[in-house]
Amino acid sequence: MTVNETQTNKIDASCRVPLLVLFGGAAAWLVVGSLLALLASLTFHMPDKFGDCPWGTYGHLQPAADDALLYGFCIPAGLGVALWIFARLGQTPLRGALVPVVAAHLWHLGVLVGLVGIFVGDSTGFAWLEFPRGGSALLFFSYLLLGLWALMNFSGRRDSGMFPSHWFLVAALFLFPWIYSAANILIVGWPVRGVVQAVIAWWFGNNLVFVWTSLVGLGTAFYFLPKFSGRPLQTYFYALFAFWTLLFFGSMRGVPSGAPVPAWLPTLSSLNSLMLIIPVIAIVIIGWKTVVGAAGQECKGGSFCMVKFGFVAFILSALLLIAQSCPVIGRLTQFTWFGPAQTQLQLYGFFAITMFGAIYHILPRAVGIEFAFPKLIRVQHWLAMLGIFILVASLAVGGVEQGMKLNDPAVAFGDSTKAMLMFLRVSTTGLLFILLANLLFALNIFVMILAWKWSLVKTVFAFVISPLNKAEVKA
Amino acid sequence: MKNGFVIFLAAFAMIFTSWSAFVLGPQLQLGREKQVPVLNSTEVYPRSRHGEANQGLQVYRANGCAACHTEQVQQDGVACEVVLSSAGKNPAAISNLLATLNLRGLSQADAQAVSDKIAAGGGKVETHIVAVGPDIARGWGLRHSVAEDFLYDNVVQLGSLRIGPDLAGVGTRLPDANWQLLHLYAPKSVVKDSLMPPFRYLFETRKIGDAPSADALNLPQGFTPPAGYEVVPKPEAKELVAYLLSLHADVPLYDAPFTPVVVAKP
Repeated sequence: MTVNETQTNKIDASCRVPLLVLFGGAAAWLVVGSLLALLASLTFHMPDKFGDCPWGTYGHLQPAADDALLYGFCIPAGLGVALWIFARLGQTPLRGALVPVVAAHLWHLGVLVGLVGIFVGDSTGFAWLEFPRGGSALLFFSYLLLGLWALMNFSGRRDSGMFPSHWFLVAALFLFPWIYSAANILIVGWPVRGVVQAVIAWWFGNNLVFVWTSLVGLGTAFYFLPKFSGRPLQTYFYALFAFWTLLFFGSMRGVPSGAPVPAWLPTLSSLNSLMLIIPVIAIVIIGWKTVVGAAGQECKGGSFCMVKFGFVAFILSALLLIAQSCPVIGRLTQFTWFGPAQTQLQLYGFFAITMFGAIYHILPRAVGIEFAFPKLIRVQHWLAMLGIFILVASLAVGGVEQGMKLNDPAVAFGDSTKAMLMFLRVSTTGLLFILLANLLFALNIFVMILAWKWSLVKTVFAFVISPLNKAEVKA
Repeated sequence: MKNGFVIFLAAFAMIFTSWSAFVLGPQLQLGREKQVPVLNSTEVYPRSRHGEANQGLQVYRANGCAACHTEQVQQDGVACEVVLSSAGKNPAAISNLLATLNLRGLSQADAQAVSDKIAAGGGKVETHIVAVGPDIARGWGLRHSVAEDFLYDNVVQLGSLRIGPDLAGVGTRLPDANWQLLHLYAPKSVVKDSLMPPFRYLFETRKIGDAPSADALNLPQGFTPPAGYEVVPKPEAKELVAYLLSLHADVPLYDAPFTPVVVAKP
């Protein structure tokens, strides 16, 4: 890169306002989501306490918590990071920043409408698609605006090179409107008949929760890992191979085995899940060759650590996903907490933590202000790692235990639930750590937003009084 | 930019393939499905639900019941069961013979061999086909769930996590509406260790008027409202129970066969 520092600063500054809106809202939803998840988990400790109001039951809290994490945090954070990476890689300042700012506000409004919808009982009843029409229409419209804007800035870039991050991010930008409109039209708008609804919902959930987050998270990692380790991505061809195989095998799965649908659907899903081992191996090689032994930055609990941790979490999450589609393991883990454990690892352990790393790197550059509590970044990283480890380990191990009891008809059903209780209580601790980590993240982001607003006020104030002084001097 | 266009086209093609396989394909195969004949019967399946039960499905959806309950029974396969229909002239000999034989969980060939032995002893037998697997053994259903079971469901609530038991056959398993209402109001009043949250907001606790309401719940000790009050289900609770009682996927179909046990009429 031969561009001087002023140019880079200009590019960073051009993203400032959209990023503050996207990340600020995302941080707020992150806290809301983890609070809801904690409440949902508490319903297992004291089921009797939540019976008098509809919104306090697990059936309302858990979907709301999941959607707040996915739609509230993951997607806007991913879009913000993608906007910035496009601007940086293309050496082009973001133009027309007003459009993404408006779209980001609309997006966060859509999440609010959707969450309120879930709590008043307007949920559509399909996992990851719970938001009622009003919310999902807003989300779709604002995603189109944000996505189109990112693509326009991408195609108008000065440096016309295509980097591996570009492929992953462009494919993700493109994927969401397709799956979201298809699922909402065919399930919510003009519902198809019978189990086809469920098949479409599974297809959508997999494409959003696994494929979209993998594309954006890996696109981000493939930008930051070489940058931090000081070694170019190893190699272009592995990345291209991983991209194609991930998109191909990853997008054609999602129907669980044993589902009451024609057998070719679960069979095709399981087969493609197993084939995912191919991109996973390629991605392991990329990570290994790029990071291990490179003489770049040291990881001191900052962005580099987070992106590295997220990368490892992705590999683990993909392996858990593949394991579930092996017939022997899948039979044991179906209908148990093993599935939610994998989802949490994917969404929080991999995606959210990668985004934390990226945002901690991007925001100070874009806003031109350092974080108020830089030491808390390290604390946040540790809390998040510990929290997600406790959560995923307890749910996964508990899930296997539950599965063994479910598969043995001699064990009463109640005992399979009781066996889970201890694991659920441990997982609540994990959720508590995650909530604390998220609060620290939000604290740094919010203080930065306040500092930026205060600097705006000061600038305006200075602007207002400076001409007066001159006039007085002349007089 | 040439490179970029190729990437874009190929990504487009992949997402299109995925969409064709998992959205278009199932819709073409199942989207126009109609009622199917019940095996060895003139009946067709499924019958559409009555209005109250259909409303109940919406209560089920709105409260996120599918977060904890599945509606899909699994089975490992089928096995044969040999059932004696008539002992013939020498019941004692047949009884002794039966004691030495394994009559359940047989393959087709084994079932044939067993039937032949009993027939040689003068008894008459029937061979039944039964589904096997943990879910079947728990009594959650007589066969695995199939696409036909959900033909008239809008929305289809298959669920993915069994925090609570499977509900595909709950209407057959627990057909008592009062039990269901008690269980919704205070799960622990009927299932001691239940983890299910009580759905008290689907009920109304009100002062008893001139006479107790016919709908009032007959709650056991420890769950009763204060004296002079009664607990009556709101319409939502009644609809939800109507829906739960309408859940019985228990007829044999071409893609999920079993021999229904006909209870002789007295």
